Amino acid sequence: MLTKTSFQGKLTKTENLFIPFIVAGDPSPELTIQFALRLQEEGADVLELGVPYSDPLADGPTIQRAAQRALKSGMSLRKAIELVPKLREHGLEIPVVIFTYYNPVLQIGHEEFFKLLEHNGVEGLLIPDLPFEESEEIRNQSEEKGIEFISLVAPNSDQRIKQIAEHAKGFLYCVSSLGVTGERKEMSAEALTFIEKVRQHSQVPVAVGFGISTNDHVRLVRDHADGVIIGSKIIRLIEAELENIEKGKMDEALKHFTNEIRALVQ
Amino acid sequence: MQVFPDLKGRYGDFGGKYVPETLMGPLQELEEALDQAMADPAFLEEYHHVLKEYAGRPTSLSYADKLTGHLGGAKIYLKREDLNHTGAHKLNNAIGQALLAKRMGKEKIIAETGAGQHGVASATVAAKFGLQCIVFMGEEDIRRQELNVFRMKLLGAEVVSVSSGNGTLKDATNEAIRYWVANCEDHFYLIGSVVGPHPYPRMVRDFQRIIGDESKRQFLEVEKELPDRIFACVGGGSNAMGMFYPFLEDTSELIGVEAAGKGTDTPEHAATLSKGTPGVIHGSMTYLMQDENGQITEPYSISAGLDYPGIGPEHAHLFQTKQVRYEAITDKEALEALKLLTQTEGIIPAIESAHALAQAFKEAPQMNHNETILINLSGRGDKDMATLMEHLQEEV
Repeated sequence: MLTKTSFQGKLTKTENLFIPFIVAGDPSPELTIQFALRLQEEGADVLELGVPYSDPLADGPTIQRAAQRALKSGMSLRKAIELVPKLREHGLEIPVVIFTYYNPVLQIGHEEFFKLLEHNGVEGLLIPDLPFEESEEIRNQSEEKGIEFISLVAPNSDQRIKQIAEHAKGFLYCVSSLGVTGERKEMSAEALTFIEKVRQHSQVPVAVGFGISTNDHVRLVRDHADGVIIGSKIIRLIEAELENIEKGKMDEALKHFTNEIRALVQ
Repeated sequence: MQVFPDLKGRYGDFGGKYVPETLMGPLQELEEALDQAMADPAFLEEYHHVLKEYAGRPTSLSYADKLTGHLGGAKIYLKREDLNHTGAHKLNNAIGQALLAKRMGKEKIIAETGAGQHGVASATVAAKFGLQCIVFMGEEDIRRQELNVFRMKLLGAEVVSVSSGNGTLKDATNEAIRYWVANCEDHFYLIGSVVGPHPYPRMVRDFQRIIGDESKRQFLEVEKELPDRIFACVGGGSNAMGMFYPFLEDTSELIGVEAAGKGTDTPEHAATLSKGTPGVIHGSMTYLMQDENGQITEPYSISAGLDYPGIGPEHAHLFQTKQVRYEAITDKEALEALKLLTQTEGIIPAIESAHALAQAFKEAPQMNHNETILINLSGRGDKDMATLMEHLQEEV
């Protein structure tokens, strides 16, 4: 039996979740707002807002490129968090999860970091290079501040699955296959078996990410899990519009993007 | 005495495992295999046998009499890791990890390299033990170290050019880790320095401590007491850790020498401890070079083996506890020291090692004649000829 995730009451369902990932500042903070709003219109339930990082160990080339573009636009962890109230002003209502590597957090300092998250109304937090063993302090602080600390499980987590799932908050991020983020052609049968196994232990919705890039993938994952997380594919769709954006054809760019997202998640 | 690392892989405030969840399983598997191997006399016997028969250990301890006469002051000894097969200390660790990979049933190894010495050592052990080998190398380093790239290919390794970032060791390491994440089931990641997530810093140290163990024995034989000061260069810090570790409880003063590049008052250096701050890089908590937003910055050194923005976590700990003194030497000072050693002793050192030499040469004249200095000559300079020709051609 799934417990309804708190996300401060903003998440109204526990299944069939669509969780898109975009990088704050890719290609500019203003466009991040526009893309986020379009994703909400197309049914996004939670927004994963990525903080660009110079050395992203869990990411493939697509997200690395997005991070480079965003760093060039002057984005930082602090600015990404401060973008959240601006998203709200423009009408974003769904919960926002800040996705950041640990080093930028360390440099701001835990106390200041949580102050920023709280002050700017961030609902969730995901740090891909902070595994269970290293995350106790951050998990406790998140709990204290009512911020969901999202945990990840991988196909080779084995005996760790139970422990990680027991502590999971918000939703449990299930990495569909070994490797970094990026589009993959097929979802394997092993991946589906693994998802089922994770669900048996999880008290929160299980969302599957890494490699989800076609409408078929989305449908398949929806049959087996509670949600689907899409990152690299969405960033590719943004990349495809860079030329239009540069030419100032914003309406066209956003229209293409919206149509592609609709086709992907319908 | 407190033993480091602790069970969580920490050296005081540093170390740990800051990696994506996908790597936690493989690291656990590695740690278990390593603990079993290091407790198995047959494994250690094979490791030492290969070091003796194949790598050419023990390496010599050479008294640099002409240099000592030239500088005045302390007597200078060199630990000759340049005499190791393939020309650097890197082979000690590569042999240890390759034997472990075989023991674990892994037939493919991944390595990253800066100057190419670790890449060559990895390609060499891969050839020796029948393993497949992929070496990740930054495109800038590929340009600087053409000869070593050819050596790796000749040995049968695949060299993957990495173009992200500055195209140097940091970027090659990122790429190697990302490749490992995707291929961890059948690939063994052979890390070349005392960096990365636990248990790598400990494993590499333990495969490199042969340098310090041998030095201690050899020095006591010749001088009947331990050296007053021991110098070693530090990029990631494996030759220094291997040299220093057996001396940590002794009276010798230990000095690690970083690359100051064009000067620590310029942005172009790789002096991680002198100028960096604590943070997380490549899976461990240590000192690193970064901007105010926690983005890792690109280091610089004339030596491709030293321009790494991080440093082994045990060095960070030894720096914090002041058990080791860390100094920084510029490109120019290193080249001067290289020339001096070459022309007084007939030994052309690697530019990395020349950093340790330069600091020792600064201090030797201020020391007494009855005092002694040991410098770890981590590798030979053949690989650096193109760089040396570029900088020194008009002077020779």
